[in-house]
Amino acid sequence: MSLAKISQIAGRGVSVPGDDVDTDRVIPARYMKCVTFDGLGEYAFYDERFGPNGQPKPHPLNEPKYAGATILLAGRNFGCGSSREHAPQALYRHGFRAVLAESFAEIFFGNSITLGMPCLVMEGRDIRALAALLAEAPQTELNIDIPNSQVSIADVSFPAKLPDHAKEALLDGKWDAIADLLEGLDAVKSTAARLPYIQAA
Amino acid sequence: MGKTLFDKVWAAHTVRVLPNGMTQLLIGTHLIHEVTSPQAFGMLRDLKLPVLYPQRTFATVDHIVPTDEREEPFSDSLADAMIKELRRNCAGAGIKFFDLASGKQGIVHIVGPEQGITQPGTTIACGDSHTSTHGAFGAIAFGIGTSQVRDVLATQTMALQKPKVRRIEVNGRLAPGVYAKDVILHIIRKLGVNGGLGYAYEYAGSTFDRFTQEERMTVCNMSIEGGARVGYVNPDQTTFDYLRGRPYAPSQADYDAAVTRWKSFASDPDAKYDDIVIYDAAEIGPTVTWGINPGQAIFIDETIPTPEELPEKDRSTAEEAYAHMKLRPGQPIKGTKVDVAFLGSCTNARISDLQEVAKYLQGKRIKTGVKGIVVPGSQGVAAIAESMGLADIFRLAGFEWRGAGCSMCLGMNPDKLIGDQLCASSSNRNFKGRQGSPTGRTVLMSPLMVAAAAVTGEISDAREVFGLS
Repeated sequence: MSLAKISQIAGRGVSVPGDDVDTDRVIPARYMKCVTFDGLGEYAFYDERFGPNGQPKPHPLNEPKYAGATILLAGRNFGCGSSREHAPQALYRHGFRAVLAESFAEIFFGNSITLGMPCLVMEGRDIRALAALLAEAPQTELNIDIPNSQVSIADVSFPAKLPDHAKEALLDGKWDAIADLLEGLDAVKSTAARLPYIQAA
Repeated sequence: MGKTLFDKVWAAHTVRVLPNGMTQLLIGTHLIHEVTSPQAFGMLRDLKLPVLYPQRTFATVDHIVPTDEREEPFSDSLADAMIKELRRNCAGAGIKFFDLASGKQGIVHIVGPEQGITQPGTTIACGDSHTSTHGAFGAIAFGIGTSQVRDVLATQTMALQKPKVRRIEVNGRLAPGVYAKDVILHIIRKLGVNGGLGYAYEYAGSTFDRFTQEERMTVCNMSIEGGARVGYVNPDQTTFDYLRGRPYAPSQADYDAAVTRWKSFASDPDAKYDDIVIYDAAEIGPTVTWGINPGQAIFIDETIPTPEELPEKDRSTAEEAYAHMKLRPGQPIKGTKVDVAFLGSCTNARISDLQEVAKYLQGKRIKTGVKGIVVPGSQGVAAIAESMGLADIFRLAGFEWRGAGCSMCLGMNPDKLIGDQLCASSSNRNFKGRQGSPTGRTVLMSPLMVAAAAVTGEISDAREVFGLS
């Protein structure tokens, strides 16, 4: 299985408000009644974006000026709560290819990397500065430079953090671990053979 | 230098280090349910991969199963399709399925321990963030996404980065009316909803030593609400006694050897931790949430914090919470009108939870206008509760007695809040919209506090309502 090597991501950005945005908000549970992830994109942030009768609410993702944005900006502890992969799947299928936030919940982070959607941590003041720039000039492209852990817009650059293992996985085109895991099957079997509870079954 | 249980279990299950530095970790026990597994089976079919160790995966239905309708086809055709899909996937791969007709179906985190599948010194994964529950047995248990469900089905392993370990000690005796639920809400309030990021939590101290296995499960369950993916308690005699005789526990002949092995996994007295925090049980009171995340919690006799009382970084979320919850800063939470009382979830729907509530609820009635539902965690719990007469106590008090499942904890089945109803809930998450209505409001608390709210129709101090002292 060969995957794209992800090194540079360019695109317009949009910032969603708030800290501790949980995955129930990213994709409400009622949209998880599905046996595939197809079609989840339109339900991203659904209850934040639409009222009970489907009428749009004020939300950055509803603003025409941000239409087509592929980089999502968020606050602290983004993606907390439920481990549902439906959340990053919904964002990816909505068109997002990277998330920049002050911090990420661990399961969301891992689920996103596995989809090839990098999550980079930035200082809160830098995220706010980017959001302010985007509000003024939403058509301006952001550039995410994975090898140098840097996000730039126009001629300004901001530092961003990505753990080494994730950086390496993206740059090597090994962000989905399955191929690596399958290569270790012999070692898996010998490890399992040493564990009585696995053998007892 | 001594080792923690986490270090020992991690080492015993390490297959190899991957080229990017992550560990390929063997997952000895895999639990699946209807919502996060169908796509994983689909991915396996696309990759033409078999399930490597079908005998190490166990399945049940919990998230979308109706609790008041047990005849198939269910009126929700999507739910019906998902349950049938799981049944088909399990049959195709040879996976044990605790189906609705088995008498053993229930919330996956209640079924695993009940069946003796959850054991000390093991690694467990499940496509559900409350998998940390199983850590109560001295297992290392991870909530995972669907791609990792695929990884575990295909390779019985996952790629993981080893976290740090924080020991959280709670010492002393809890006052009457204060429960394991209050302990974990207190810990989350103190350490924050993202305080556990990058950590596994080891819960210890004399309070945990005295806790029953079920109380330990309540605490480990909500580790993720504090940002820690894994939480565990070192196994001891309480653990070994709980497991003895359960269907999937080692047989009597093998039991002593298993106990010896299990004991060897417990953290060494001189184990090194990345961090240690210590709390006094006597300082913990009955705790309720007032906001939209589980860290926004206060004791029942405190007032809702004003922005000025909160650290600057917590103020914007607090403003969002006041607006959503329709609560005013500076006011008491006690006396807030309640529309729904929900007793259930993988946090607090075990037999001891129902017993404790029934003890005080006997002879009382829930307030007219309040909808009360009790959703036992499993068919096993329901059967015991029926035979002990607990179900009748709940029915006589005016509660609806339902079938087992996740129910109103996440509102994926027909059990949902309506409009901006306020729910006193024994569950684990008070996120906006969590209980099925985007404007619904959730106040988390212990099961007895839920019963107190049901009886009075408002958020109440169970110690006063039921005369505990």
